[in-house]
Amino acid sequence: MTNSIEDIGLADVTFIIGSNTTEAHPVISMELIKAVKAGRKKLIVADPRNIMISSFAEIVLNQKPGTDVALLNGMMHWILKKKLHNEDFIAERTEGFDEFKKSLAAYSPEKVEKITGVPKEDIKRAAEMFASAPRANIIYAMGITQHTTGTDNVMAVANLAMLTGNIGRPGTGVNPLRGQNNVQGACDMGALPDVYSGYQKVTDDAARRMMEEAWGVPLPAKPGLKVTEMVDAALRGDIKAIYVMGENPVITDSDLNHSIKAFQSLEFLVVQDIFMTETAEFADVVLPSASFAEKEGTFTNTERRVQRIHKAIEPPGEARPDWEIISEVSSALGYKMSYSTVYDISREISKVTPSYRGITPNAIAGAACGIQWPCPEEDHPGTPILHVGKFTRGKGKFMPVHYKPPHESPTKDYPLVLTTGRILTHYHAGSMTRRCPPLEEIAPEALAEFHESDAAAYGIGEGDIVEIATRRGKIEVRATISERANPGVVFVPFHYAETPVNVLTPSALDPVCKIPEFKVSAIKVKAKKRQGQTRKNL
Amino acid sequence: MSGEIRLKIDGKACSGLKGETILEVARRNEIWIPTLCYDERLEPYGACRLCLVEVKGARGLLPACTTEITEGMEVRTSTKRIESIRRTVIELLLSDHPDDCMTCESAGSCVLQDLAYRYGVKRSPYAGETHKYGILNGNPLIERDPNKCVLCGRCVRICEEVVGAGVYGFVNRGFDAIVSTPYDHSLLDTPCLFCGQCISACPVGALTSKISKGKGRYWDVKKTDTICPYCGVGCTITLWTKENRIVNVTAPIDKGVNKGDLCVKGRFGYQFVNSPDRLKSPLVRQRDGSLKRVSWKKAVSYIAENFARIREQYGPDSIAGLASARCTNEENYVFQKFIRAAIGTNNVDHCARL
Amino acid sequence: MSGKDRVVVGLATCGIAAGGVSVMEEIRREIKKRNLGVEVAETGCIGYCFAEVLVEIQKAGMPKVIYGEVKPNDVPLIVEGHLIEGKILRDKALLIEGRKTPEADFLKKQKRIVLANCGLIDPENIDDYIATGGYEALKKVLSGMTPEQVREEILASGLRGRGGAGFPTGQKWNLCAMAQGKDKYIVCNADEGDPGAFMDRSVLEGDPHAVIEGMIIGGYAIGATHGYIYCRAEYPLAVRRLKKAIADATSRGFLGKNILSSGYSLDIVVKEGAGAFVCGEETALIASIEGKRGMPRPRPPFPANKGIWGMPTNINNVETFANVPWIIRNRAKKFAKMGTVGSKGTKVFCLTGKVRRGGLAEVEMGTTLREVIFGVGGGIKEGRKFKAVQIGGPSGGCLPESLLDTPVDYDSLPAAGAIMGSGGMVVVDDTTCMVDLAKYFLTFTQMESCGKCVPCRLGTKRMLEILTRICKGEGKPEDIDLLEKLAIDIKEGSLCQLGGTAPNPVLTTLRYFRDEYVAHIRDKRCPAGLCVDLVTFHIDPEKCTGCGVCLKNCPSGAISGERKKPHVIDEDKCIKCRECIRRCRFDAVYTV
Repeated sequence: MTNSIEDIGLADVTFIIGSNTTEAHPVISMELIKAVKAGRKKLIVADPRNIMISSFAEIVLNQKPGTDVALLNGMMHWILKKKLHNEDFIAERTEGFDEFKKSLAAYSPEKVEKITGVPKEDIKRAAEMFASAPRANIIYAMGITQHTTGTDNVMAVANLAMLTGNIGRPGTGVNPLRGQNNVQGACDMGALPDVYSGYQKVTDDAARRMMEEAWGVPLPAKPGLKVTEMVDAALRGDIKAIYVMGENPVITDSDLNHSIKAFQSLEFLVVQDIFMTETAEFADVVLPSASFAEKEGTFTNTERRVQRIHKAIEPPGEARPDWEIISEVSSALGYKMSYSTVYDISREISKVTPSYRGITPNAIAGAACGIQWPCPEEDHPGTPILHVGKFTRGKGKFMPVHYKPPHESPTKDYPLVLTTGRILTHYHAGSMTRRCPPLEEIAPEALAEFHESDAAAYGIGEGDIVEIATRRGKIEVRATISERANPGVVFVPFHYAETPVNVLTPSALDPVCKIPEFKVSAIKVKAKKRQGQTRKNL
Repeated sequence: MSGEIRLKIDGKACSGLKGETILEVARRNEIWIPTLCYDERLEPYGACRLCLVEVKGARGLLPACTTEITEGMEVRTSTKRIESIRRTVIELLLSDHPDDCMTCESAGSCVLQDLAYRYGVKRSPYAGETHKYGILNGNPLIERDPNKCVLCGRCVRICEEVVGAGVYGFVNRGFDAIVSTPYDHSLLDTPCLFCGQCISACPVGALTSKISKGKGRYWDVKKTDTICPYCGVGCTITLWTKENRIVNVTAPIDKGVNKGDLCVKGRFGYQFVNSPDRLKSPLVRQRDGSLKRVSWKKAVSYIAENFARIREQYGPDSIAGLASARCTNEENYVFQKFIRAAIGTNNVDHCARL
Repeated sequence: MSGKDRVVVGLATCGIAAGGVSVMEEIRREIKKRNLGVEVAETGCIGYCFAEVLVEIQKAGMPKVIYGEVKPNDVPLIVEGHLIEGKILRDKALLIEGRKTPEADFLKKQKRIVLANCGLIDPENIDDYIATGGYEALKKVLSGMTPEQVREEILASGLRGRGGAGFPTGQKWNLCAMAQGKDKYIVCNADEGDPGAFMDRSVLEGDPHAVIEGMIIGGYAIGATHGYIYCRAEYPLAVRRLKKAIADATSRGFLGKNILSSGYSLDIVVKEGAGAFVCGEETALIASIEGKRGMPRPRPPFPANKGIWGMPTNINNVETFANVPWIIRNRAKKFAKMGTVGSKGTKVFCLTGKVRRGGLAEVEMGTTLREVIFGVGGGIKEGRKFKAVQIGGPSGGCLPESLLDTPVDYDSLPAAGAIMGSGGMVVVDDTTCMVDLAKYFLTFTQMESCGKCVPCRLGTKRMLEILTRICKGEGKPEDIDLLEKLAIDIKEGSLCQLGGTAPNPVLTTLRYFRDEYVAHIRDKRCPAGLCVDLVTFHIDPEKCTGCGVCLKNCPSGAISGERKKPHVIDEDKCIKCRECIRRCRFDAVYTV
């Protein structure tokens, strides 16, 4: 996020696109609802489904899955046409505007209506409301990124913020909401194939030399494989061994049958987790680790805030914190790691990571509510808002992007679109929440949400079991007829191992960041059994 | 419009900003004013009448929670009249409240109990008709005991103003006024999201967590502030632990990005930690495919041998590591360092994209 | 009005309830039968509630006569005698124009501004209203006065809110006029809920256009964009007449877009209440209009700044608005000449209870209670003794005989412990137990408490419980102090004026009739002989003639005795229904 959670409430208009905020980031949704209810904010929600936050929105745009670039370009086309863009901001802070402006010429509301299915009047109203607000911000999440055009989508979002000058001030900004508690921190720490901690590129000689010196070993200069590429490499036989710490890729990866095969083909697999996960079932060695409540350390949240966690109880049996285990394995492999507490590691992080330099154990212990990076020195208060006055790269560059259809479109044989995502009560692969009996009671099984017209067309009743198939596989799932669904689009959550929806999703990736297209698959459906009841409200 | 407003509370010179209330300024200045229906997260409501104060020149007593400060205001938070009303309010509340602090889940963290203690109210002089409502617990998480309800409206308001679900409302009038759901439906049949925000707002024991029941009360548990293990918002939570088990989760009202707010996962999704399914010792796969319990030492050397062998045979790029968006920064750092420095490859990633 | 002979029947709710519709039907039938060229019309309530059904006859060459207590079988007599033969039926005549009748005082002692048209014009006929000068004030305002001038005029008149609190109307309008908002609302509070109060209903039913005209003028003065009349649903006739009046006023251009080509626009909607007394409170009324549960909220913010949908809102009572056209037509100065220093103009009261002439009484501010009750009202029924008067409904106070010379105005009544309130005046005689009376009003207020604030929700309930046990003879010596302390804490601690005034009946009866409380608690005796648990029924053998009426009518068979010999009551069988007392013509039954 360029801005802070605290500052979300300050925006006069918030534009949510591709974020099921209420279910995936409930407390941020509460911040938004508070402001809407108190009359301080108006919401625009763009989502293929009528998600919960839609009911608080002034304008709801139900775009077809995978048409976000067209929608955003259409809004920007209209903003320019109505001269609602922020000329001063564009002149002072950005570059590439003229070329960008030309790129929008084709996206008239009429044309965009045809692509997205959103009425042109709504596109115009949304554009005007967003551009006229003194302070407007954008919130997005996986609904923007989990597409073959994910990178384009993100650029279009950034273009909209720059076009209207909504960057670098309280109540503005581009705010991607990160899905997992420390996904931000894992990225910050260099758990990525091309960067060290603080996004220092492995290909950058100076950075590499600095790390080599800090770590006392020569380091490879070639970027590694992304998780999606690892799977293919394993199938090819290029990857022989994988060490998995606290993940369950067998359930969460797209085109699941494909990744199961990959894990089965490995020579050696180590899985370190708190539970015997589906991935651990394939492992040669399974190591018990400590849960969040049983260890010390820091998490970095979606607004770049580094916060300390505290040990409340002892881990069960012989389970140990992950860092201790890794240190020991590393030492056994001949690369000595001798941290005596987790804070020895924190100190090393702040030494080698410019954006975390001031986030030392001392500084964070003294802060009221963690510290937001970048924090270049110990006395620095942290950075609640990025790009104040100037962009990190200097001038903000408008990147013309064009609408490309998703990897799959509905056909005669696969006439509907499947989109996947989260529900409020469960989390990720369910290894945690599904072991909480009350949560399981509230949301015991996956429900495929159908619009009543599709349900009627395929003879599906409430609670029926249906078969959903793509070109890659099929699953059986209970159906619910839901007001959240729009015609032609079916939603299935991915939390349930017994309903492995990722059997259906494609392995098609975004060319830049290699993210799979979880949000669009062409499917066909068939009613199987008439039975059962559903818990409709969640 | 902005600018400092100066006022006196109990003779103490205080200051605040336009729009701030007497209660906010008093609290900041450590001047205690009792409240029951006030919740920082909500619009002030003015119902319990405990925070009534005297403002010089004003007709009658004013609620500190709703009265905005003005320049030169002189406030008295405690006079004979005010204390008489406060005591009467407490006595009235206790006159229709079960006398079961012994077994009440909220004992120790109950505002009414604290007030009765502070004012030394042992027995209400207004004994009379009391309500005998049934306990409402037809759902997995939230128990409602209307007998203990003080009608402060905090649950009604937090569900409406913050959660947006609007599950609760007042029904009936006068003495029989009570909080209910539409048509008295079970929470399972309402738009309830089971965030338990209503529990967090309840100042007494009318709303409690079913899964914490009987497991340990406020004074009886160790409380540790930490960060929620679920989504990327990073809410501050307080783990209530007893005998090495998590027995309840709350959120401190004055801390963190969430300031007391939590969702269903954050508040109720903690039982996995003490699940019997937890892995408790290292396991190594046997030839027959089964997993066998081994010592740490054995497991670690087995891993080291195999990684060394594979690296030797196929080169470091034949090995990859998946770090975790659930582990700490320190663990992720150590992990990528391990892959890069100990194994010698950049094949490290995690499921950031999922 | 034409020169034709006319028969006018009072058909407000009171007239209808007394059988006015069948009287009307009978009149029409008689006139048709006899083929008379007489116009038959209906009107609102003139205020002679004690003598409903009222029929007014206007015959050429004869004084105007109002007949009271007319029943359908009286109609042929009246038609034959008065309309055909030209004879006044003296024994039925309540009022004869220009002549003194026993009931003439009722009107003569009044000063009618608000009620000027009530009972005289046809409320459903806008032309009747216009003929009496209706909408002249609006024309005057829209053609020659700025909003500021209108507000100044009202301020200068000294008009204060007739809903109860008595806030200066001009000042209220100024506050709302100054407030900023995209929309502005003007609201007429017609949620009259006090037991024994019906002045607003009578005005709405009898002269709805006066209220609407007052609202339009007020709307113009504050810059209102929308108007609401919040009328209790229990007044279906008022709602119907208001809706018709709004439609008629709109079709004549007095309401709607661009009123009388002045550029000012206002629409008015009637919103029916949902039966909660507390919705008469401004903030609860606003919540109710917004579709929420009617619960008050603390003020500030005042409705003038944050009212309906958060917009500036001005709320006035029916009677307040009904005064406005008169003030504009006759100038503030004339209005301010009436009344006292702090209270100008008139006030409409509803005289009810044990008063001889119960009904609507509009008197000049400053008139004493004695003049109202004895002058206008004609004193106590059945020659009994005046004991107290409850002024201002359940929120008001109960004043004893020693305070009968208190003038009715906004300053004197509160000083005595009562309030002007909306104008209910319940007169009680010596057969009324004051503890029981306080209990009656508490029963009402505790039931109508919205439940939001603790003192009102639980406090009124506990007060009622204490009063109940006192009436049962189970009171404890410390109950009086407990009651008094609780009453004061509720009064000062409650959120809105429902709770803030609910203890008044208790506090004033404690103040003026404390001995009755003491008698109930200490002596286990009800001085008025009313509290059933504290009285026993006896027959005075000296007075009893042995007529057997009580014996015949006793539902529990508790009375025995031979004919022509004194009867006796068996205490064990007696259920204290008072039937014997009511039936005995010799005053022989007494209570101890």
